[in-house]
Amino acid sequence: MPLRDLTASEQVRALAAGDTTSLELVDAHLAAVEADDVRAFLAVDAEGARARARAIDALPTRPPLGGVPIGIKDALSTRDVVTTAGSRMLEGFRPVYTATCVRRLEEAGAIVVGKTNMDEFAMGSSTENSAYANTLNPWDHGRVPGGSSGGSAAAVAERQVPWSLGSDTGGSIRQPAALCGIVGVKPTYGAVSRYGLIAFASSLDQVGPFSRTVTDAALLLRHMVGRDPMDSTSLDWPGAIALPTATDLTGLRVGVVEELMGEGVEPGVRGAIEASLREMEALGATVVPVSLPSTPSGLATYYVLAPAECSANLARFDGIRYGPSVAAETLLDQYEQTRGALFGPEVKRRIMLGTFALASGYYDEYYGRAQRVRTLIVREFTEAFRSVDVLASPTSPTVAFPLGDRTADPYAMYLADVCTIPVSLAGLPAISIPCGLSGGLPVGLQLAGPAFSENRLLDAAHAVEQALAFDTRPPGLVT
Amino acid sequence: MSGFEPVIGVEIHVQLSTRTKMFCGCALSFGDPPNTHTCPVCLAHPGVLPVVNAEAVRRALLIGLALGCEIAPRSIFHRKNYFYPDLPKAYQVSQFDIPICGRGEFTAIRDDGTDLVVGITRAHLEEDAAKLTHAGGRRAGAEGSVVDFNRGGTPLVEIVTEPDLRSASDAGTFLRQLRQTLLFLGVSDCSMEEGSMRADANVSIRPVGSHALGTKTELKNMNSFRFLERGIDAEIARQTQIVASGGRVRQETVHYEPETGEITPLRSKEESHAYRYFPEPDLVPVVPDPAWVDDLRHGLPELPVPMRRRMVGEMGLSAEDAEVLTGSPELAAYFMAVAGEADPKAAANWVRGELRAQLREVGEEPWESRVTPSRMAALVGLLAEGTVSVPAAKEVLAEVIATGGEPAAVVEARGLGQISDEDALRDVIADLMDANPDQAGQLRDGKEKVIGFFVGQAMKQTGGRADPKAVQRLVRAQIGGD
Ligand SMILES: [Zn+2]
Repeated sequence: MPLRDLTASEQVRALAAGDTTSLELVDAHLAAVEADDVRAFLAVDAEGARARARAIDALPTRPPLGGVPIGIKDALSTRDVVTTAGSRMLEGFRPVYTATCVRRLEEAGAIVVGKTNMDEFAMGSSTENSAYANTLNPWDHGRVPGGSSGGSAAAVAERQVPWSLGSDTGGSIRQPAALCGIVGVKPTYGAVSRYGLIAFASSLDQVGPFSRTVTDAALLLRHMVGRDPMDSTSLDWPGAIALPTATDLTGLRVGVVEELMGEGVEPGVRGAIEASLREMEALGATVVPVSLPSTPSGLATYYVLAPAECSANLARFDGIRYGPSVAAETLLDQYEQTRGALFGPEVKRRIMLGTFALASGYYDEYYGRAQRVRTLIVREFTEAFRSVDVLASPTSPTVAFPLGDRTADPYAMYLADVCTIPVSLAGLPAISIPCGLSGGLPVGLQLAGPAFSENRLLDAAHAVEQALAFDTRPPGLVT
Repeated sequence: MSGFEPVIGVEIHVQLSTRTKMFCGCALSFGDPPNTHTCPVCLAHPGVLPVVNAEAVRRALLIGLALGCEIAPRSIFHRKNYFYPDLPKAYQVSQFDIPICGRGEFTAIRDDGTDLVVGITRAHLEEDAAKLTHAGGRRAGAEGSVVDFNRGGTPLVEIVTEPDLRSASDAGTFLRQLRQTLLFLGVSDCSMEEGSMRADANVSIRPVGSHALGTKTELKNMNSFRFLERGIDAEIARQTQIVASGGRVRQETVHYEPETGEITPLRSKEESHAYRYFPEPDLVPVVPDPAWVDDLRHGLPELPVPMRRRMVGEMGLSAEDAEVLTGSPELAAYFMAVAGEADPKAAANWVRGELRAQLREVGEEPWESRVTPSRMAALVGLLAEGTVSVPAAKEVLAEVIATGGEPAAVVEARGLGQISDEDALRDVIADLMDANPDQAGQLRDGKEKVIGFFVGQAMKQTGGRADPKAVQRLVRAQIGGD
């Protein structure tokens, strides 16, 4: 079997058995990255990756992740490796430190081969807001891979790496995972350190894995979670992430979020989700409808809170201490011209939205109110989890849409995250797994649970995955 | 003052002298080469996060407890947004509607001994900005500006008072005693020159008898209390003149130029409404354990104002002695240790006077000198029991300063014990009268002016060891003799 067809877990096992070496794996995947025709990567660290592979191959015992390659979203700081967050504002920027979650994975034996494309500063749902390239959907090169972590999703679907890291603020892992037909996990807020994740909306951002199987996602997540002294909002993981084994769902109570199954959900998507729910019932689960009445307000709430936070988070990019800048006569001119020239339109739109939402006289009406709705949404989830174990919904109301289709209509683009945002606002864990095709394009099933219920979610997702036996290979992909 | 009274409140920024910065592990430093104490966090590199310095929280709590503030069971940080090169994140992490220390009250002592009670509005934690130096002067378009990020991220406590002060001298009294209090707490160096303590005053005036507040101006960042007092007086005069001539005071920030005594406006205050405060999502609330807060409360040192009261009320010191001896926490601790083993009034006299005078010559402070408190107390004791005379005691002190040693041993070794044996003194006087027959004759004839001559000679003969009172008495006894 070609090395790229091995899942990450299979690669770890092959390394342990001595059937391959880390260098062979890295070379095989680098060759695919170099032959890339979906433009998943922004930067490739071939020499560094080979050097680390050789070093791991020379160790007397392999670390737990063996020396398996990984792709990292360009929103994560990687020492000496150019990190742009998809923005001209950080063109050529080489960080002086590595994000905690990346460092932990490297210490566990993951080998970073490069940085993946993304919407600028993680703002977008199609990766078309990248200042550098449009990433293409491996299932249909005329369509978007989703976003903002579109490069990480496409790289895994295209088997350029067996797994990768993304970040999810309102759906930026789950939605591209759904559109590219792979698995994506957004962990509980606080489960994974955000130190080194270039912030979009700090109260929502979480780093999580992409992979082709639920087991691989669990394996990667296992080495990411846990409190980090550099991130005050990170938490001790209660216990450990277990590798999922469940093949039936006996006793599992599944709530189907009514508000996320109605208008706006494509018939093909709804059909695939309903089929998955029937499959879950067949596996022993009880499936019941659940109402979360405030979820329709989720989108509006999110588009007040996230821009408000981003308006402050992105204020540090002024061209003075690092990154390119536009020289000007006065300080104010330098700020305006640097930020005017180097931020893209969507980033500027959200900075303006957020600045407005926080302005004196509007704060209570926008930011204050959005916080109250957020509290309401949290309460509704808490209430729902009294009667069900997991909540099911589509990950995205549509399959991958054509490139350019929504770039002129920000609101249409925002709707891509309508199913994922409420979970983000509540800080809860969720997983998206491919559950079928609609018009030949993958559909994602989102399962969400209470805080720190990742093990149960992974188990449930694993059982569904085994039953559905979705083929993650995009049509025509030759490995 | 022409029917107006001033209404003054002050805001004090205190840099905490913690080992590390407010939100990162960089060391605090004064005077090190620029930009040598920086890291990705305090330079606001992409992706970094703040972590609260627990020692800064402890010190903020100490300040709050010393000022009688309500301690918030749960306080939060906010972001205060504005663009400036001294603020690398373009927001300052500060506290807004829920500060760590809420309402309190501080009582100072005026020079005339009356109480000056000042309401504390709040005290909150925040981070300092970096140091910006304009190479070409203050104006926009200057030749160039440079930033030193060493100071950026230094922990600050901002203390805000109610507008309870009614004169510049009250403001000065409050600030000086607040500073002393902070020094006694050991939370800050409180150096106005180095900028580790900075004070702004909000000044307004109103007709006497009115309870409304007039439009206030903010007098910024004076680097000494004396200048601040003078600045407040100048601003009161300026406002009074404006109002008296039918004008209106504008809300603005003003600057006092100590050289010329002039007040000039800095910038319109309106801009400050655009800070867009919102809760800092990168930090969790500060929730101090109530048992810990209690421990801190009970562990507070005796603070200078109550200590001064005790010195006067219980120890019988003058108000002036008490003020001088609480001038620094080290001096106060030193004095209290001496006073624990000797008569407090005599101890105060000697510590304040001779000890400090002699030590000044050699450039030492009492608490770092060889004169330990128990040696000082021993010397005061020797004087009180008449073992040494005052001049001899000064000599003993000099010896202890120079070489150490116990005062009693020094007295012994150098034969400095006071001669109060009357027979011995009578012999000395008799010898002197023999040697000075003219003056002896005048003495016998009752000419009192020569008494001093014989006393002086007797002291000289005995190397200052004679008990002057006994000599006086014995010389006087020769009047009318033969
Ligand atoms: Zn630092």
